[in-house]
Amino acid sequence: MQFLPLFVAVPLLVAFVIPLLARWNKWMPDILGNLATLYLLVAATGLYFIRPFNNIMIYKMGGWVPPFGINLVLDGLSHLLLLTVCLIAFMATFYSIAYMRKYTGKGKYYVLFLLMLAGMNGVVLTGDLFNLYVFLEIAAVASYALVAFGTEAEELEASFKYLVMGALASAFILLGIGIIYGMTGTLNMADAARLLANVGTAGKMFVSAFFIMGFGLKAALVPFHAWLPDAHPSAPAPISAMLSGVLIKALGVYAIVRIFYNVIGVTPQLSYILMVLGAASMLVGVLLAIGQWDFKRLLAYHSISQIGYVILGLGLGTPLGIMGGLFHLFNHALFKSLLFLNAGAVEYTVGTRQLEEMGGLSKKMPVTSATSLAASMSIAGIPPFNGFWSKLFIILACIQAGRLWFALAAIIGSLLTLASFLKVQK
Amino acid sequence: MVYFLCFLLFLIGLYCIVTKKNLLKIIIGLVIVEYAVNLFLVLLGYKTGGHAPIINLAAPDWIYVDPLPQALVLTSIVIGLAVLALVVAIAMRIYERYGTFDITQIRKLRG
Repeated sequence: MQFLPLFVAVPLLVAFVIPLLARWNKWMPDILGNLATLYLLVAATGLYFIRPFNNIMIYKMGGWVPPFGINLVLDGLSHLLLLTVCLIAFMATFYSIAYMRKYTGKGKYYVLFLLMLAGMNGVVLTGDLFNLYVFLEIAAVASYALVAFGTEAEELEASFKYLVMGALASAFILLGIGIIYGMTGTLNMADAARLLANVGTAGKMFVSAFFIMGFGLKAALVPFHAWLPDAHPSAPAPISAMLSGVLIKALGVYAIVRIFYNVIGVTPQLSYILMVLGAASMLVGVLLAIGQWDFKRLLAYHSISQIGYVILGLGLGTPLGIMGGLFHLFNHALFKSLLFLNAGAVEYTVGTRQLEEMGGLSKKMPVTSATSLAASMSIAGIPPFNGFWSKLFIILACIQAGRLWFALAAIIGSLLTLASFLKVQK
Repeated sequence: MVYFLCFLLFLIGLYCIVTKKNLLKIIIGLVIVEYAVNLFLVLLGYKTGGHAPIINLAAPDWIYVDPLPQALVLTSIVIGLAVLALVVAIAMRIYERYGTFDITQIRKLRG
């Protein structure tokens, strides 16, 4: 139990120490950043041996009892997200050692990276609504700065757009949290869920609207997706991998699941809204992706589409659907970050992200081309790869729940994904 | 009634963000939205005739305002300050690159 706060405290501490030691040795930021993320990955994996199966670990900050103090909660869902975040973070920092040589200010990069990591770990662990908001803002503010890290004209423009949208989303979320506090007089999630059971549906619907707006913006669901295709490609490659791979999931999808399933409670209408948003993101994302010739931009549009699958699966609310959604969430984190890291490697070698100007890369970069092939197969849902199984679960869950139109939409989305990745493989 | 006015303030900020073309005006809209939310949180804890939430043993029948929202607002103001500093810094760099604050002319990214 005592080690739950370390998932937030270690990256914060290392982020603080890096600027102090960076003057002393120029390799210090690399070493410290990688050690911190390696430690977090080992710890997140190790927790599987400590946390008994189907059990919940709770850490009470400062020893205060839950309704009054802040607590950190680790259950199966948070553990899955925690492991995903730490895994992708370690891969991204390892990749950064070589990739970030072309930028100045490596120390600052690692500081922002670790702050973002601390925020995401905090979001998935916390059991308190306002604490969720604070961690969400830590992660979001660090990511705004990271998108603008290159300080080129396009990056600044993308970052400004992302920042305005993100800050607005945060305002909606805080308003929603304020309304929940007004209705229940508590900020603890478990306590609020208990007290909200006695509140009328009108209040809950009102608050749900704010949360769907706020977290929908963070997760880049379709009517709120405009910032993502600008922000994700503009960041340095490891950051794109983090943003697309885990940030939209930890801040958006995880928070939607936690708030709606565990605090407010899902009604059939709400579940339907989530499914429609999911299906819309799935189709619109992939249709916009087909027309793109910028490799990273194409991947960013696919992120919208794949998040749609996750939300569709989770919105179904059946055990199979939720399992498929979470499985797809993990798979998407793996293959999308792999694709973004590959895009970074190609950009590093060739100096362009335009697909027309590439070509014949499989001879020049055999390893990168093989990993890209595996990841593309996976995202398009070709049978032996992981993406196929999770999409299959989601489609089966749709059919099982009698939602045939959504199943059809998911299949069409998958075919279109395949079509757009054929272009990448050429 | 007060809550309604607070919500109106939120909508004014939102309108400002959505319709204005100048980066600085968008930032001001963002700040208005933040202040509306902070005001809402403080109002939640207010009770008519309430005193500052420090227990006064000499007057046991005092009504105290709820101290928790005040703590939340303090945190939220600090976060707002960080966001504001960052957004102003980015706007300054954008001005250096483009020479304008007008978002209709800042369009290097394709939709």
